[in-house]
Amino acid sequence: MTERTLRGKAAIAGIGETTYYKHGQSPDAEFKLALKAVLAACADAGIDPREVDGFATYGNDRSEATRLAAALGIHELRFSNMHWGGGGGGVAAAVANAAAAVHSGMANCVIAFRSLAQGQFARYGKGAQAPMAMGEDAFLWPYGLMSPAQRFAMKITRFLTENGIRHEALRSIALASYHHAQSNPRAVMQGRPLDEAKYDASRWIIEPFHRLFDCCQENDGAAAVLVVPADRAKDLPHPPVYLLGAAQGGHHRSAAPVHNAPHYASAHFPTVARNLYEMAKCGPGDIDVLQAYENFTGGVLLGLVEHGLVKPEEANEFLVKENLLAPTGRMPLNTSGGNLAECYMHGLELVNEAVRQLRRTAINQVPDPEIAMVIGGPMVTPVSSLILGTEGTL
Amino acid sequence: MSTTNHALPPGLPAPSTEEPLSAPYWKAAREGRLLVQKCGGCGGHQWGPEWICHRCHSFDLDWAEVKPRGRIYSWETPHHPVHPALNGHGPYTIVLVELPEADNIRMIGNLVGAPGAEPRIEAEVEAVFEPNDEASPPYTLVQWRLVG
Ligand SMILES: [Zn+2]
Repeated sequence: MTERTLRGKAAIAGIGETTYYKHGQSPDAEFKLALKAVLAACADAGIDPREVDGFATYGNDRSEATRLAAALGIHELRFSNMHWGGGGGGVAAAVANAAAAVHSGMANCVIAFRSLAQGQFARYGKGAQAPMAMGEDAFLWPYGLMSPAQRFAMKITRFLTENGIRHEALRSIALASYHHAQSNPRAVMQGRPLDEAKYDASRWIIEPFHRLFDCCQENDGAAAVLVVPADRAKDLPHPPVYLLGAAQGGHHRSAAPVHNAPHYASAHFPTVARNLYEMAKCGPGDIDVLQAYENFTGGVLLGLVEHGLVKPEEANEFLVKENLLAPTGRMPLNTSGGNLAECYMHGLELVNEAVRQLRRTAINQVPDPEIAMVIGGPMVTPVSSLILGTEGTL
Repeated sequence: MSTTNHALPPGLPAPSTEEPLSAPYWKAAREGRLLVQKCGGCGGHQWGPEWICHRCHSFDLDWAEVKPRGRIYSWETPHHPVHPALNGHGPYTIVLVELPEADNIRMIGNLVGAPGAEPRIEAEVEAVFEPNDEASPPYTLVQWRLVG
């Protein structure tokens, strides 16, 4: 029996994004942003947008595949896919679903994308405004537990307390993103550097581990990647970036209601990371450059631990700014500025940055990386992550 | 309105108390009793309420009164108001309480009691039933305070 895998079977041939804006600042409608990102990814790949025959997205994206297909006049739609779950938990899964579609023969040329103009719609950081809480929410909202930050904060309290990890470890994650953003003209936070004093003086969002700079901003924009079968990618303008491994989901009852997951203090990657490395045929020591979705810095830490990149008992020592910076750090992290400081494009900007690193065209380039990892939005369910590699890794 | 004894100001979303899956819990809370799901098949406690027992797949889920005592599994103190009702209110503490006598199921509530009471993982807590009689329909929230 042939091995069931996506390793080396599909490649990202094009990446694209719009200008990134502060939330509410986009002059363009959300759907127009999606169109611009799709066209940019096609142009980057040297492929006629009418040849696109599939769309994969996540987080209940409002730019529907059928409307995109009609607006762009694509010849035929063969694959349309929405990955369950809110936020950016599905960012890596959307790319993987596109890869699965092209590898299986269901489609030939699939866009994975995210478009977001929060000024035109509700914001994430605000709680529910409905007068009555239904279902599980009845056991949460009346106690003032409503926002994503509040849903996840107690995982962080528990994990950091149990393991004696200090807030400074989270601060380093924020500092790395802001540091990288300063040289990135795409970054919303370029020109707004962050240092220890500014972080320490920032207001509490939630005690004990969420200061303002531990929390993502909200932004407007869109980003997209174009996924094609591996063979096709070889004839296109850029060196192909191959999908080596992809996994999504969550461990046993990770979505148990009212905070009843048996393994609670988790970003939900224990099984996902195992499956990811198994497909990619590599381990944490092989990752040259890392993009890890920051909804909140505590979730980044949990994601790093669950992917075997940091040991809890070494977190205080290892998670210092110098270790996380490109080009010289031991584990360069969020090298374009990430969600915190490039743009909160629900992690699609992290996929684009991983591709740029492997093409060796990144602004904060790590020397000669072969393998890049993208960890999707932590602590939601389902989560997903992705390992990408150059031709040399096949 | 007597809101001084309430953990949070009025105006937050009220719980829906008449949904079939959870109505017995809310009815008991009005009477100052803590009810949770207990499986007729395997005897396990389950929370939050669901139609099936996750252990044995029995649909025969009944309700059992449990001792309103637990210990703090985790906590958080939000400062940033995420709802208009919380504007100007200041920080408040949410606790995740584990019930050791009910298969370690966990519940969410606010930490109430003496001002400045410090939440701590593993600290013992007991339930405080917080009636919202002015609401229509009225409901009672289950809050928690440190013991001893
Ligand atoms: Zn049962």
